[in-house]
Amino acid sequence: MAYDKFNILKSTAVPLPIENVDTDQLIPARFLKATERVGFGDNLFRDWRYNPDNTPKKDFVLNNPVYSGKILVGGKNFGSGSSREHAAWAVYDYGFRCVVSSFFADIFRNNCLNIGVLPVQVSPEFSEKIFAAIFADPNTELEVNLPEQTITLLATGEKEKFEISPYKKDNMLNGFDDIDYLQSIKPEIEEFALQLPL
Amino acid sequence: MSKTLFDKVWDTHVVRKIEGGPDVLFIDRHLIHEVTSPVAFLGLKSRGIKVLYPERTFATADHNTPTINQHLPVADPLSANQLKALESNSNEYGISHWGLGHQKNGIVHVVGPEYGITQPGATIVCGDSHTSTHGAFGAIAFGIGTSEVEMVLSTQCIMQPKPKKMRINVNGKLGVGVTPKDVALFIISQLTTSGATGYFVEYAGDVFENMTMEGRMTVCNLSIEMGARGGMIAPDETTINYVKGREFSPKGEAWDRALAYYKTLKTDADAVFDKELTFDGSSIEPMITYGTNPGMGMGISHDIPDAAHAEGGAATYAKSLGYMGFSEGESMIGKKIDFVFVGSCTNGRIEDFRAFTSIVKGRHKADDVTVWLVPGSHIVEAQIKEEGLLDILTEAGFELRQPGCSACLAMNDDKIPAGKYAVSTSNRNFEGRQGPGSRTMLASPLVAAAAAVTGVVTDPRTLIEELV
Repeated sequence: MAYDKFNILKSTAVPLPIENVDTDQLIPARFLKATERVGFGDNLFRDWRYNPDNTPKKDFVLNNPVYSGKILVGGKNFGSGSSREHAAWAVYDYGFRCVVSSFFADIFRNNCLNIGVLPVQVSPEFSEKIFAAIFADPNTELEVNLPEQTITLLATGEKEKFEISPYKKDNMLNGFDDIDYLQSIKPEIEEFALQLPL
Repeated sequence: MSKTLFDKVWDTHVVRKIEGGPDVLFIDRHLIHEVTSPVAFLGLKSRGIKVLYPERTFATADHNTPTINQHLPVADPLSANQLKALESNSNEYGISHWGLGHQKNGIVHVVGPEYGITQPGATIVCGDSHTSTHGAFGAIAFGIGTSEVEMVLSTQCIMQPKPKKMRINVNGKLGVGVTPKDVALFIISQLTTSGATGYFVEYAGDVFENMTMEGRMTVCNLSIEMGARGGMIAPDETTINYVKGREFSPKGEAWDRALAYYKTLKTDADAVFDKELTFDGSSIEPMITYGTNPGMGMGISHDIPDAAHAEGGAATYAKSLGYMGFSEGESMIGKKIDFVFVGSCTNGRIEDFRAFTSIVKGRHKADDVTVWLVPGSHIVEAQIKEEGLLDILTEAGFELRQPGCSACLAMNDDKIPAGKYAVSTSNRNFEGRQGPGSRTMLASPLVAAAAAVTGVVTDPRTLIEELV
């Protein structure tokens, strides 16, 4: 599925300094019953966000009007557990375009890259700085610059480089996905299949 | 150049390497289920493309299916709709479909091996993180997202950077009452829930060599719980004896060719891993988890660690214990439990039910405990009956349900109520995993059985005859 191109994103950010946030928290299994990719943002962090009677939990960050923006800043090992792409869809559908963490789980990171959410892995020290800056001033802005592969705390100018493969970077800058690429080499795949051992 | 088992299988399947990017990896076998496939089929439709090799994809319904009265229509309209979508998509694109009521229906990671779809040296993917299970056969098997499901349907390939390689050696004699589940939970407790992220693991050593295929599947299944994309074990006689003659296994000359390939599937003596760890199997105890990720586990006789000794920040640790209603320094033994769940792609195979039955035989289910015994497939269900286990279970006050993922992720009606404690043989103790507000303790089928007959967390070794 084609997605929005990603270039430079300047935004306030939502802080969630909890470690090992698993995809069951991002979207609980009971909300995976759709056959279309619609409405997942409503159930992002469902059980942390709402009480059993569906009233918002006031102490959860997404219900705190002070924090908003297109960047979600999570704790270490973000997105562990289930491979459900619905977790990345929920993040995207809620309005986030970038997730920042000091460490990502593999499958979640791949899923994000495949749907146009940029996972930005920073050092633990820079992660601490970002959290401190947001808690000190919720209106503080971050700039995520994909062409330069940098993330900057605009208030102080402190910045850090982040890694992304040149291939995935090109995809995100242009809104391409892997299927476009794979389709273009189909004859090569069909020839390859003929010589496999199984 | 010397290669690891992982290198050999991976390199055999690389169609093309992209400069500064991932490898294009050919996928031999693709398993799909109702939850993570519908949007992939929508993608195919919107692009107007076909499934390239429908004979390489197999569909089974498992995540959403009820585990009682499977002959009746599925009551939940959303679940019913998803099951119907799997059927109509499979039919439209010519994919084998094992829906509810089909003799081959069951948990995708249980039926795949049972029917010989899982082969040594194959690449296997499924939109499910526990696809790592199939690594037990020396396959490269891992979970993928829905975008990747669409890639495999349309081109039989996905694009993956090659992971780093880790070998985990466990040698020594396992103690009585220590199962493959305990070995896996022990390793995860040592590595933490993210300790193998970025790696593909090979399990080596006599502990794994001496395991049955069922045991090896349990171990490989849990690889993802320490962050590894997958885990694998080199195929040997045990593997080949399991695979031979199954419905989708190669036959005749194709079998001879396959056998020659299987025999190449081992790590060369001087191959190098990015990381190598070694543990002593004889030091492993029956394990239980006390927190809200599978890395938060310990020997059942230990006390819950202090935050100072725990992985993760103090705030995260406190949140986790708070959710469970436990405190630092407490023993788990004697804690009251409300539910027991035996099943899932981790522990829903015949050996698991044999283990459970070995403890409950001659005893009786504790009155105030609800127990769900859910076989992984119809073959497992039939074995439970044929081996006389069902009679023993019935005598002890237990009932057997019908195959499916069930309370492992509680997408169907098998939900643990808020605040209740469950000892589960499944794979995840995340907050709300088994139902909103549910509190899960992961353990082996033996620990589950000990809890089921006593109503409290109990060291199964106190109930095993040869030890008492």
